[in-house]
Amino acid sequence: MQELTSTRLNPLVDPHLHVWHGEVALYLFLGGIVAGMMVVTGLLTLRKKHEEPSRAMAMLPLAAPILLSLGMFFLFLDLEHKLNALRFYLVFKPLSPMSWGSWILLVVYPVVILQAWTTVPGDVRDAVLRRLGRFAFLAKGSDWALANTRRVALVSMIAGASLGIYTGLLLGTMGARPMWNSAILGPLFLTSGLSTAAAFMLLYRLSDRERSLLGKLDMGLISVELILVSLWMIGLSTGSQISQDGLASIIGGPYTTAFWVLVVALGLITPLFAEWLEIKHGTVPGRSAALMVLAGGLALRWILVYGGQYTGWIESIALR
Amino acid sequence: MSVRYGMAIDTKSCVGCAACVIACKKENNVPNGHSRDWIFTSTIGSYPELSMTIESRRCNHCENAPCVTVCPTGASYVGPGGTILVNPDKCTGCKACIAACPYGARFVDPRTGSIDKCTFCLHRIEDGLSTTACQEICPTSSIFFGDLSDPESEIAQVLAERDNYTLLPEAGTEPRHYFLK
Repeated sequence: MQELTSTRLNPLVDPHLHVWHGEVALYLFLGGIVAGMMVVTGLLTLRKKHEEPSRAMAMLPLAAPILLSLGMFFLFLDLEHKLNALRFYLVFKPLSPMSWGSWILLVVYPVVILQAWTTVPGDVRDAVLRRLGRFAFLAKGSDWALANTRRVALVSMIAGASLGIYTGLLLGTMGARPMWNSAILGPLFLTSGLSTAAAFMLLYRLSDRERSLLGKLDMGLISVELILVSLWMIGLSTGSQISQDGLASIIGGPYTTAFWVLVVALGLITPLFAEWLEIKHGTVPGRSAALMVLAGGLALRWILVYGGQYTGWIESIALR
Repeated sequence: MSVRYGMAIDTKSCVGCAACVIACKKENNVPNGHSRDWIFTSTIGSYPELSMTIESRRCNHCENAPCVTVCPTGASYVGPGGTILVNPDKCTGCKACIAACPYGARFVDPRTGSIDKCTFCLHRIEDGLSTTACQEICPTSSIFFGDLSDPESEIAQVLAERDNYTLLPEAGTEPRHYFLK
């Protein structure tokens, strides 16, 4: 028999940690899409066989700064002391993943705007410049960006990959939360971000060629994501008792059904099968598989944010 | 050698009266519904062979503090004597330190939105007092506090003389909060 009592009054820690909520999951999800869009659109720009993109594809990078702003708004909502938000930018802490993330986001903003500028149709650029003609530096900046389209695309891919990995490492470096404590979360969140970005782009009226390309890309990314999810689970399940306990919330614990149904079945396996069928039968990828990928990407982050907080060393302390 | 503050709790003499918890709340104006220290009681075995351990717990002021490492603004920092402190003027309330602490020692002060925790009553020590509020109030003198690096200090001597343990040494945090067996 073990009877444990504690007089601790800490509403965010007891009975288990619950400091981060939906705002953080949404931020990680939107950040992942933005990271993925930066890499995918950069990749499309750098392709040698460059063909004229459809208008929707050319306009899509404009969504990145909007989604990023929305994500950062959710992150801002999560802060308990909002007036101190600028403190993130008064210091750089090289060992703090959140400090890295803050500075990466600062770099990402101008890069996504520059990248969007280089990809939008010429008539849109001209219309904007006409309206803002009095700001001569904008025209100069535009000329510079257009002359360096490939460089902008390359920087965008690097910044996007950094952002995507960071969203996973933010959780993955938390040694106190066994479910999160895996470096695999970095590449997993990056891959998921790339996949959800491709799915997000597939929601728009792209050309058939672009749809096929993104469908094939997404299929590959989902396959890699399945491998990474498996590696993450193998790593935890073959680790110490604490690591094994880290998986408890999705194997038999309160998030088991949600994880296996929403993330694995609905978000990964079903769209993978649907995209494989589309390619096999030579049809153009539709929107239903893309919607499932997006729902699965959000569910992955939502369940990891909540499920990870359900695990900790505190139980071990209690049972010493 | 530089000062390294530490604390030890005598689990043989602690009766779990929680006077330390009340003294801390009064000394540090801890908000309602929160506590910087707490009493943890574990009863193990089957009647009549039962054993009970009572521990007065708080921040472990770890030598290798994950809360300090993850803090993105430097609000969590290593203060005088190696104490782990929070500067509310720098704290954004991102709660990364709460998630990083394996001991559940931190909380959000609802009045300010900043993170709060045990400071080893550093303000008292800097004012020239030699005891923390919890130590001073303890009716069974179960709390020892002092400089771990001074072999003549009471805490260094009691730790040298008696078996002791820390919480979760396997977490690699190197706590400076001990429990005497």
